[in-house]
Amino acid sequence: MNTIKKLAGYLWMLISPLLILFLLFEANQKITTATAAVKSNVILQWVIILLIFTPICIGFFIFGKYATAGEYDQLPASSEEV
Amino acid sequence: MSQEKKQNNIAFVIGASSVGTLIEWYDFYIFGMLATIISKQFFPANAGTAALLSTLAIFAAGFIVRPFGALVFGRLGDLIGRKHTFLLTLIIMGGSTFAIGLVPGYATIGWAAPILVLILRLLQGLALGGEYGGAATYVAEHAPAGQRGFWTSWIQTTATLGLFLALGIIILIRSNQGVEKFSAEWGGWRYPFWISIILVGVSILIRMRMSESPMFTKLKSEGKTSANPLKESFGQKGNFKMVLMALFGAVMGQGVVWYTGQFYAQSFIETVCKIEFIQSRNIMLVAILMATPCFVLFGWLSDKVGRKWIMLLGMLAAVLTYRPIYQQFLTISSVQNRADKIDLTKTVASAVKVKTDSKEATKIYVTQNFDTAYTDGAVFKYTKTDTLQLGATYNALIPIDALNPSLIVSKSAKPNVVLEKILGHADYWSMIWLVFIQIVYVTMVYGPIAAFLVEMFPTKIRYTSMSLPYHIGNGVFGGLVPFLGTLIVEFTKTAQNPKGDSLAGLWYPIGVAAVCFIIGLIYLTNKMDKNVMD
Repeated sequence: MNTIKKLAGYLWMLISPLLILFLLFEANQKITTATAAVKSNVILQWVIILLIFTPICIGFFIFGKYATAGEYDQLPASSEEV
Repeated sequence: MSQEKKQNNIAFVIGASSVGTLIEWYDFYIFGMLATIISKQFFPANAGTAALLSTLAIFAAGFIVRPFGALVFGRLGDLIGRKHTFLLTLIIMGGSTFAIGLVPGYATIGWAAPILVLILRLLQGLALGGEYGGAATYVAEHAPAGQRGFWTSWIQTTATLGLFLALGIIILIRSNQGVEKFSAEWGGWRYPFWISIILVGVSILIRMRMSESPMFTKLKSEGKTSANPLKESFGQKGNFKMVLMALFGAVMGQGVVWYTGQFYAQSFIETVCKIEFIQSRNIMLVAILMATPCFVLFGWLSDKVGRKWIMLLGMLAAVLTYRPIYQQFLTISSVQNRADKIDLTKTVASAVKVKTDSKEATKIYVTQNFDTAYTDGAVFKYTKTDTLQLGATYNALIPIDALNPSLIVSKSAKPNVVLEKILGHADYWSMIWLVFIQIVYVTMVYGPIAAFLVEMFPTKIRYTSMSLPYHIGNGVFGGLVPFLGTLIVEFTKTAQNPKGDSLAGLWYPIGVAAVCFIIGLIYLTNKMDKNVMD
């Protein structure tokens, strides 16, 4: 199981930047195709989404990095060990 | 303390904590449920900046302010104690909700209206971010070892019961007042906000009688509380890795299953299936009421078999069955295959009604209702409105059928057709059953999660550590279900299929729940930490 945890960790590390790129691509597409009447509103929506999801994706990357480093191989048996 | 006294004490703790949390959820939901009216009263569509403020109110309250509230109040709860912190969140939530009900509309005070409502909505989000972690921690720290899942599951019921209460109160007022009176500037939509102050007042009195968590009191008397809960929670690898695991292996999936079952389902029934306003809400109310005991059932079960597998099974069931369930929603409410069931004795077309435009006297709206009744008791109501531009002012004394055709300058290319469906008895209960199944999934993922999170982190930084992943999982991942669902449906729209694939929006919750299921399966442990006194 520890090998799977580590291998999956690489997958999470790969997915994270791809997700950020996907969001940037979508934001750009939605903003450029928005009509003038709703453009500023669409920009605001996507800025909020990017502001929120970028740190989450970074967190997901760190999660993957911890997994590859074996940090989750032995989980604490109680919160006292955390 | 005798066993009986202990039981009474924990029952009081649960009751007092749950009532407050339920009211906070109620306060938060009524804004969302009345969003259309609120947006009309405070954020008029023709005012561009008002639309921006509206977006901020909807997006920011859920996505930015809730996690921020988790950090602010989580830190406070770990520094000064649980009791005073979640008393404060209750006061902020109650006060801001009541105040929203007092703000005059845009028509009366102009820009001040949307700005005030935005500020109050952000305060609501902030308070909600601080409330849940405090209540769950407080209850868990009172609960005996081996029963933590059972006792904290009562807190878990509050989010759903808050929705039930909000739905119930809104339906009651709207049914009594009628749509027009309810939607007026000082109409009945404000009552749910005003009612909140009574509920909050009672809850504050109850919470003031509560004592501080015994574990936190012990920690404080020993001088072992954290000096910097934020740094210890997120700055130390040992704890931060657990925060990440909680978020990606449990709460992220729980958030999307929760929002899909309780909010996306309602929106889908109403906007895609076109079920009538009151009936769609009744479907939700009955399903919620039937499924709510399952929170306690799965909380109790998680004490016996562990938290992990119940939560993961809930996610897996959602991943596998969401599309068939929603396909069934469409089948039940479909007009096709009903031709043989039309009841001609009850199928009627109303007389044509003509309404002149309030600004242009030469513009008229011609409306006719067609009610198609079916033998299974269903009634599908079509309201067709044509817009006609006349060459002269319309004379109301002349029946529309007798209008000289040469007077009509132009006619709308496509009439505006509004469809509203009232289901027959059997289909109504089928709908309830399908929503009930989804809420059972909600109870599986949500029932054990408070105990799961509480057991993951040490007492001195528990409030901070569990609040942030909870509110990112629910506020961000869950809260985005409607927005991203709609966006994905947009992607599927083509010239050949202008309506798109109405089930495509489900790929977002299915995808997130599937990833969370895999992460949970690989990384989570099913072991329970019996001793949370650390």
